Amino acid sequence: MSLSANAKTTAKLLTLAVGMLGFALFIMPPLYDAFCEITGLNGKTGGRYEAVPAAVDTERTVKVQFVASHNENMPWEFKPDTVEIRVHPGEAVDTVFHARNPTDRDMIGQAIPSLVPFKAASYFHKTECFCFNQQALAAGESAELGLRFIVDPDLPAGVNTITLSYTLFDVTERIAKQANNKNTDSEREG
Amino acid sequence: MAHGPKPGFTRWLYTTNHKDIGSMYLWFSFAMFLLGGCMALVIRAELFQPGLQIVQPDFFNQMTTMHGLIMVFGAVMPAFVGLANWMVPMMIGAPDMALPRMNNWSFWILPFAFAMLASTLFMEGGAPNFGWTFYAPLSTEYAPPSVTFFIFAIHIMGASSIMGAINIVATILNMRAPGMTLMKMPLFVWTWLITAYLLIAVMPVLAGVVTMMLMDIHFGTSFFSAAGGGDPVLFQHVFWFFGHPEVYIMILPAFGIVSAIIPTFARKPLFGYSSMVYATASIAFLSFIVWAHHMFTVGMPIAGELFFMYATMLIAVPTGVKVFNWVTTMFRGSMTFETPMLFSIAFVILFTLGGFSGLMLAIAPADFQYHDTYFVVAHFHYVLVPGAIFSITAGVYYWLPKWTGNMYNETMGKVHFWMAFVGLNVTFFPMHFVGLAGMPRRIPDYALQFADFNQIASVGAFLFGAAQIVFLFNVIRTVKGGKKATDEVWENPEGLEWSVPSPAPYHTFSTPPVVR
Repeated sequence: MSLSANAKTTAKLLTLAVGMLGFALFIMPPLYDAFCEITGLNGKTGGRYEAVPAAVDTERTVKVQFVASHNENMPWEFKPDTVEIRVHPGEAVDTVFHARNPTDRDMIGQAIPSLVPFKAASYFHKTECFCFNQQALAAGESAELGLRFIVDPDLPAGVNTITLSYTLFDVTERIAKQANNKNTDSEREG
Repeated sequence: MAHGPKPGFTRWLYTTNHKDIGSMYLWFSFAMFLLGGCMALVIRAELFQPGLQIVQPDFFNQMTTMHGLIMVFGAVMPAFVGLANWMVPMMIGAPDMALPRMNNWSFWILPFAFAMLASTLFMEGGAPNFGWTFYAPLSTEYAPPSVTFFIFAIHIMGASSIMGAINIVATILNMRAPGMTLMKMPLFVWTWLITAYLLIAVMPVLAGVVTMMLMDIHFGTSFFSAAGGGDPVLFQHVFWFFGHPEVYIMILPAFGIVSAIIPTFARKPLFGYSSMVYATASIAFLSFIVWAHHMFTVGMPIAGELFFMYATMLIAVPTGVKVFNWVTTMFRGSMTFETPMLFSIAFVILFTLGGFSGLMLAIAPADFQYHDTYFVVAHFHYVLVPGAIFSITAGVYYWLPKWTGNMYNETMGKVHFWMAFVGLNVTFFPMHFVGLAGMPRRIPDYALQFADFNQIASVGAFLFGAAQIVFLFNVIRTVKGGKKATDEVWENPEGLEWSVPSPAPYHTFSTPPVVR
């Protein structure tokens, strides 16, 4: 009944509410990313992989297929050089994708990988990939985008085909917006 | 300090009285119920025939979105908060809510939130059109510009709910009359205590998810944008982490209301009181670990599908405990069928029906067939309309004589009940069939073979709408006058609220009552 009892309850409950807001904003997204990385959920592949010397398993052959698509607002032409490669687990393989900016303005693109089956996602290592960076193409310019990957010898038995899909997004405006935000930030500080 | 309310309009602006605030919540929620209902009627009118007759697809989508948002956040939730404001202090023998000033504030920010939300209908680009679940990227990259107002409206109503919930918990924990132990509290108080904890835990998550949307739209982050390394599926996980407890927020207080009404009219004490309390708590706990059953088709490992499937089915156990308890309470009771009892019995039957279609949807492999069809629409309307709406209506009829001092018109109440009962079933029952036959939800036009059932549903919807006018008329008549109610109102009802005069004086329990 006393005011302090109510104040105490309120303080506790408010802390809970603020904590849950923090949980939603700062814990759930990284937790989800970590979860995806561990389970391969949503076909998210890892970042740059440092190649470790490993025996090439010549006994086994895995089909790796490439799919290239672009987001509906993205006018670039984008396709894999080879649609399908047969590889042995453990060997490093190079391939390229072709991209061309047919518009009359300079643009920046970002490719987002996704891989099926999900359980293979953590056994597909990229030592070099154009998807690690944004791709800037001037109007009319075309480029060859390189990818070097290793299929891990520990790839679960039963996985014989891996399909790697890249979706290309137009991030020109996003980059401009970020640059703008940074500028206003530094102006405020200055 | 026995004094009445202030005269004039400022009484309502500055009031810290739990009864005044409860009334305002209830009237506000009824206004929102009519507004959201009109939107439902636009939807049903358009769906009366295949093809586009009345509205364009974009406006149709705005209607489905706004109908959902207004009914969930504007009608059902404030109505339960209103009932809690009125009844919780009277049920536990407290003079008022624990934090009366915050109570005033938590009500008065609501009209602003909904004015802002409704104003988006008149903005360039129209109101939000991405469904009440506002999945990204529909609600981020492809959203109309008004989405920012939607986000702030959600922030404000979230703040209101959190303040209301804190107030209710503080009241229940700190303000009980001496002798009113936790396990002596009426079930309505218990269910609200648990609901309030759910609100405090998940409304901030809703605020978080709309904040991430805001950042994505205006500040160049990419929580939900694949282009920037984010993931739209993350949105669904965060949203439903809020969304599933939210559906229990809309049903647990209903359990409490029905558990108060059925014993009164069956003239038997509630069967299995403590099992009711534990069942409520288990449902609340389970609500946090089943969210992904809303997204079985999104692409999940088989282990995930199985976990969420079994966890979801587990909820049927405590819910079944409740249903059996209500039925057992009625068993061999000397029942009478006044309006509140009619609504409560309809609640038990129809909510169980909605629960069963929920079990069907919980079966992950079957859900791939049912997902995003009218079967889902039929399911959640069966749990929300006879669940939340009927229980609120039952509660209003049950306690209205205590609030106003007058009896409502019983004949009109029965007319209201039968119109609503028939209208509801005619509207939503055919939706099961069109859903199983493959009609997708959220479409303004449909294939010809669904025409008959849709026409039937539309007729039912207008009948259900008309029933609410009878309700409004009955309530206004009762507020204005009518047969005087006794202090007990009903025959030996249980609870402290019946020990105060009818109408309940402006201040009750200024000195704590004695609880046996």
